[in-house]
Amino acid sequence: MAFPLQIRALSAFYGRKQSLYRVQMDIAEKSVTAVIGPSGCGKSTFIRCINRMNDLVPTFRIEGTLLYHGVDIYQSDVTDIRRRIGMVFQKPNPFPKSIHENVAYGLRIHGVKNKKEIDQTVETSLKKAALWEEVKDRLSQSALSLSGGQQQRLCIARALAVEPEMLLLDEPTSAIDPIATARIEELLRELKKNYTIVMVTHNMQQAARVSDTTGFFLMGELVETGPTSQMFTNPSDQRTEDYITGRFG
Amino acid sequence: MSSSGDLPKPRLDPMHAKTLRRHILPRLKDRLFAMVGLSATLLSLLVLAVLFMDVLGDGLSRLNWQFITSYPSRKPDQAGILAAWVGTGWLMGLTGLIALPIAIAAALYMEEYAKKNILTDFIEITVANLAGVPSIIYGLLGLGLFVRWMNLGRSLLAGAMTLSLLVIPAVILSSREALRAVPNSIREASYAMGASQWQTVRYQVFPAATPGILTGIILAMSRAIGETAPLMAIGALTYVGFLPGRGLFSRFPINFDCLLEPFSTLPIQIFNWVSRPQKAFSVNAAAGILVLFLITFMMNGMAVYLRYRHQKRSRWS
Amino acid sequence: MLNRAAHRKRFLQRVYEGLIERALFGCALFSVLITGGVLSVLLFETLGFFKEVSLIAFLTDTQWTPLFFEKHFGILPLLSGTFLVTAIALSVALPIGLVSAIYISEYASDPIRIFVKPTLEILAAVPTIVYGYFALTVVTPQLQRFIPSLSGFNALSPGIVMGIMIVPIIASLSEDALHAVPIGLREGGYALGATRLQVVLRVVLPAAISGVVASFILGVSRAVGETMIVTIAAGLQPRLTLNPLVPIETATAYIAQVSMGDTPHGTLAYRTIFAVGTSLFLLTFVLNIMGFLLRKRFRNLYE
Repeated sequence: MAFPLQIRALSAFYGRKQSLYRVQMDIAEKSVTAVIGPSGCGKSTFIRCINRMNDLVPTFRIEGTLLYHGVDIYQSDVTDIRRRIGMVFQKPNPFPKSIHENVAYGLRIHGVKNKKEIDQTVETSLKKAALWEEVKDRLSQSALSLSGGQQQRLCIARALAVEPEMLLLDEPTSAIDPIATARIEELLRELKKNYTIVMVTHNMQQAARVSDTTGFFLMGELVETGPTSQMFTNPSDQRTEDYITGRFG
Repeated sequence: MSSSGDLPKPRLDPMHAKTLRRHILPRLKDRLFAMVGLSATLLSLLVLAVLFMDVLGDGLSRLNWQFITSYPSRKPDQAGILAAWVGTGWLMGLTGLIALPIAIAAALYMEEYAKKNILTDFIEITVANLAGVPSIIYGLLGLGLFVRWMNLGRSLLAGAMTLSLLVIPAVILSSREALRAVPNSIREASYAMGASQWQTVRYQVFPAATPGILTGIILAMSRAIGETAPLMAIGALTYVGFLPGRGLFSRFPINFDCLLEPFSTLPIQIFNWVSRPQKAFSVNAAAGILVLFLITFMMNGMAVYLRYRHQKRSRWS
Repeated sequence: MLNRAAHRKRFLQRVYEGLIERALFGCALFSVLITGGVLSVLLFETLGFFKEVSLIAFLTDTQWTPLFFEKHFGILPLLSGTFLVTAIALSVALPIGLVSAIYISEYASDPIRIFVKPTLEILAAVPTIVYGYFALTVVTPQLQRFIPSLSGFNALSPGIVMGIMIVPIIASLSEDALHAVPIGLREGGYALGATRLQVVLRVVLPAAISGVVASFILGVSRAVGETMIVTIAAGLQPRLTLNPLVPIETATAYIAQVSMGDTPHGTLAYRTIFAVGTSLFLLTFVLNIMGFLLRKRFRNLYE
């Protein structure tokens, strides 16, 4: 399917406060879609609608539909959705367990019991996240002993272990140093060959470096979306141009 | 350094009344308070030391193998704490078995599952109040409910159930704190991978909170060991010439009759001796107190050590 | 997308987890059950008590002699005993506790703090029967050297010892309250040239006052409910007095006294312990609620 995720007239509310206004967007497969915009514009809310993490907030509700492979996300089993659409958070949040256990956790909760299978998948995922070489000799050490950049790659490996089709990244490198950031960006360029990726970032240069499509949010509205190269050189909407040229934000 | 006029020097004449009041007196008061504060804080330490030395002086001589392995007696030099500490052990074991599962389950619910509504607020206030109820009131409840209404008599089981009522609120409070200390990012990461709520609680939150929960349990149990009042209220006997828990395995597979028999505990035995006028019994009491101290401090030490190790290990990055 | 088997498995899992949640909820309700149990037992026997003794007599008679031949059922002597011991205890505990708390929170260097906090915890961990023993065998004789008219059982000695027992409660709760006051407030004071003491007394303490008062109230509640120290050292003679040098009896000690004896169940004498128990429960309940609400308000202010 060329556009596995289709968002139709999505509005989001925290109690009475509206956070997103009729967002309409199609996410293309096996590519990186960047979501940019100033603070508080609703980027995080938007991305957390996709894997229903906002369900954890008691006062949250949506209007509109999100269709994943043609099926309404909000009518499907949420644990299944979250397995198929993985998430990596802004601040790396590995579990306070061993490196091996972090990656294996997803498999265990989805019922995989075979030890060999688990070990194999752990290795594969860590390789896909470009972390295997650095940790292969210390899989039983605590994940908290890794550096920030390594922890984030571990979180990526952890998400990959359950074989998702899509990855959601919420400002994945804003808490990481520049060198580690570069490695993760390189990793993303590699991953997009096989996964559909949606990435929130406040760093426009990063969006320009990594993404194929970009969407610009302002105050809960999706102002404009298009191929990244076009968005950054010749945007259609004046507001987009103002943001990109730094007139605000 | 600019040469164009330095700032005029302030007039700080120590003998000048204004200087004294504005600059010197406040600083003096501050210093004075520091000393007073240190003394106040050390006063507690001093009292503790005096207390301990006194008990040590009175009781150490009596502490010997015979003391630990004898039953109580009318003759002070023959009396011992055997039935008492065995009773304490049995009582604690039973209490733990009854109280801990209920308390931890309640804490898990309150912290992870409860929605914000009137019922949960009510439960929260109830638990907070129960933690402050005088322990002897629990004894009255035990007397009326377990000893009389349920006809358990003045038995080990009634005692354990009564002490459980005391232990449950305290363990709920400390367990909730331990659960609260687990960062939310762990829960989020777990949910984002498709885990259900119970999977998240069971495989991530609870293991992460275990050291804290354990610390709270040890502290609550060590307080319960020293409890006298509620057991007195339900009528725990002070002369017990047999071992509590005897005959547990006399029938196949387990004979629970022993749970319905009277019992004694270390604090109760100590109290009994303290109430006697003869000086020799006072010596026995002191020796018993030393044993009680040993148990209590060992448990508290374990809890502190656990807490220390947990704080060192969990750098939540 | 989803086949039948996976559907069923997930359904079963959800049922299973629903049951777990319900079981956990049941355990949470248990605490309500306990409170209910306490109340019903107390009330049941207390109502039986008040069938034979008028409420007015209970609250106003100045003698408490339910076990003697001539029976009086005025609770005032017991309450005055409780009050006397509590007042002595808090007059010891409040200054020492609060000053210690201020010192630990604002003055103490790290090595001192690391040394002192466990000491306070140890103080709180001492079983109360040990304090009772201490009051009877050490404090009373020593006090008698300075106050010859002090009788062997009195209110002063257990009061002082109880004060020491309560110091950790007041100290640690007050220290938490002081510690929670944001640094920004303190810095404002220092920037104006105030000394540390001035900042503490005029900025930090007022800001933390609800937490400190909460600690005080909870200390009172603890003192009111304490049994062993007074049973051992204060005596078993109910007396309506404010004289700390004579034997008295507190409400808690009375309950202990009767339970130790052979009072048969179902008699009026038996019921007296429940009447006294109900009074105690009401008193500590009010105190605990006040303390709880104050602490909650304090936490909401600064967290």
